[in-house]
Amino acid sequence: MQQPPQLDGVKHIILVMSGKGGVGKSSVATQLALSLIARNKTVGVLDIDLCGPSIPRMLGLDGKGVHQSSAGWVPVYADENKKLCCMSIGFMLENKDDSVVWRGPKKTAMIRQFLTDTCWGELDYLIVDTPPGTSDENISIVEHLKAYNPDGVVLVTTPQAVALADVRKQVSFCRQVGVPILGLVENMSGFICPHCAECNNLFSAGGGEAMSEEFAINFLGRVPIDPTLTAMDTDLVKQFPTSSLFPVFEKITDKVEEYATRSQ
Amino acid sequence: MAPAPENAPEHCPGTESEQAGKSSACDGCPNQNVCATAPKGPDPDLPLINDRMGGVKHKILVLSGKGGVGKSSFTTQLSFALSHDEETQVGVMDIDICGPSIPKMFGLDGEQIHQSNSGWSPVYVTDNLGVMSIGFILQEADDAIIWRGPKKNGLIKQFLKDVDWGDLDYLVVDTPPGTSDEHLSVVQYLKESGITGAILITTPQEVALQDVRKEIDFCRKVKIPIIGVVENMAGFVCPSCKGESVIFAPTTGGARKMCEDTKTRFLGSIPLDPRIGKSCDQGLSFLEEYPESPATVAYQGIIAEIKKILPQ
Repeated sequence: MQQPPQLDGVKHIILVMSGKGGVGKSSVATQLALSLIARNKTVGVLDIDLCGPSIPRMLGLDGKGVHQSSAGWVPVYADENKKLCCMSIGFMLENKDDSVVWRGPKKTAMIRQFLTDTCWGELDYLIVDTPPGTSDENISIVEHLKAYNPDGVVLVTTPQAVALADVRKQVSFCRQVGVPILGLVENMSGFICPHCAECNNLFSAGGGEAMSEEFAINFLGRVPIDPTLTAMDTDLVKQFPTSSLFPVFEKITDKVEEYATRSQ
Repeated sequence: MAPAPENAPEHCPGTESEQAGKSSACDGCPNQNVCATAPKGPDPDLPLINDRMGGVKHKILVLSGKGGVGKSSFTTQLSFALSHDEETQVGVMDIDICGPSIPKMFGLDGEQIHQSNSGWSPVYVTDNLGVMSIGFILQEADDAIIWRGPKKNGLIKQFLKDVDWGDLDYLVVDTPPGTSDEHLSVVQYLKESGITGAILITTPQEVALQDVRKEIDFCRKVKIPIIGVVENMAGFVCPSCKGESVIFAPTTGGARKMCEDTKTRFLGSIPLDPRIGKSCDQGLSFLEEYPESPATVAYQGIIAEIKKILPQ
């Protein structure tokens, strides 16, 4: 089968995964994208969470729609310089509260379309945000991306044992399907009380780092809880470099860029 | 005419028709192959499921469009609380196949399922609290379950058909996030025996509420009554200075506002207490370990409310 040309202009492909839901896959994907934008890269974000797409909201693009052109679907741009574009099922729903009640085969077909029918154009990075689990969406995206040699997976976890248990399964998944793991991010690691500056470990601490040692995975860094992030929802491209999480993600992005070794 | 899905191609013969997947209208439909190969007619296993479920009084689904909002921890604490009365028989069924959290939260890591004449026996935490999860079937705790939909559906069916649940007052079903295979299957399999209702869990920030609104839409589409919405991880009281902070800012009014907008019942808010996570990691009942916590008070209020709403 001939590969569709839509991804030919993409230099690096990075998947963001976690066996556990709600640990911050979408927010890590978003912040990674924004950090790369701050480094003058062009970035695409593909959201393959079909039942619960979060990327449109996180990039402040709620209510935007996808346009058709002769070349295919035009992704939605998040900034005026057209450096950051994204694609999500959220842009295709008539009403944003509509549920997408689809079984596997239909989800698989949609993911294929996202890859083959979207004009991604020239991108330095394509970041793929995935739903939790090791089922249809995750299997399909890995299968479809095989031909493009994705650089690897950024795993996201929170520090508590219940989340780690699922992320360990995701490590087995990545190893079984043969995608490299770029590293692990420990998210929601500590919350600094604004009243007394005491650091509280809401979801315990250190679990991610210990796990990366056990499995010999690169530890990319620890991201604290910052409530201002949830409140930020407009013009993130400009706002993010002033956020308190920006320096944290600078270090993570350094490592991701270093490990993303796909030849250009 | 056999039922056709809402977004099927024009002239869809209906998924249960003899022509499913074979008529010319099916060409190009992503589900063509599934329809063509799926067995037709009523599911022969449904009467068996109905038999098993005949002795179950209340079947409650714990749902959320969003992951990591506390479906499993709520399921656990609700079930511990319901089983507090020794006369009440409680079953917990974990249908999160790819990321089962229930075994750990009940302190049942490493337990195995036993077979008997009457089927698979659930793993018992106490005499009146039985649990079933794929976590009990795995060889290695770290094994990934790399299954597509149909295989997951098969296991869910087995959980309903082959598990010797016995007579239960409550069967609490913990689900994975989303509105896909697992959800459709459990609803379909329990259609005839009837689902009492769904409890929806959310956290206060808009990104989670968005997905929960989708779940409400799902419940309405498949006609499951919604018992109400629980807001989890709402606010945090610093243990050193007692100052209150928001972790997941309710920029759009939180769950209460969403309930008003969607005309669903708001069951209450549970504040974030790091000891809830710790209790879940250790498999303990948070409500019994920390009766003085404001979160315990909130939990108990919500559970009392749920009991009140359920038909006796």
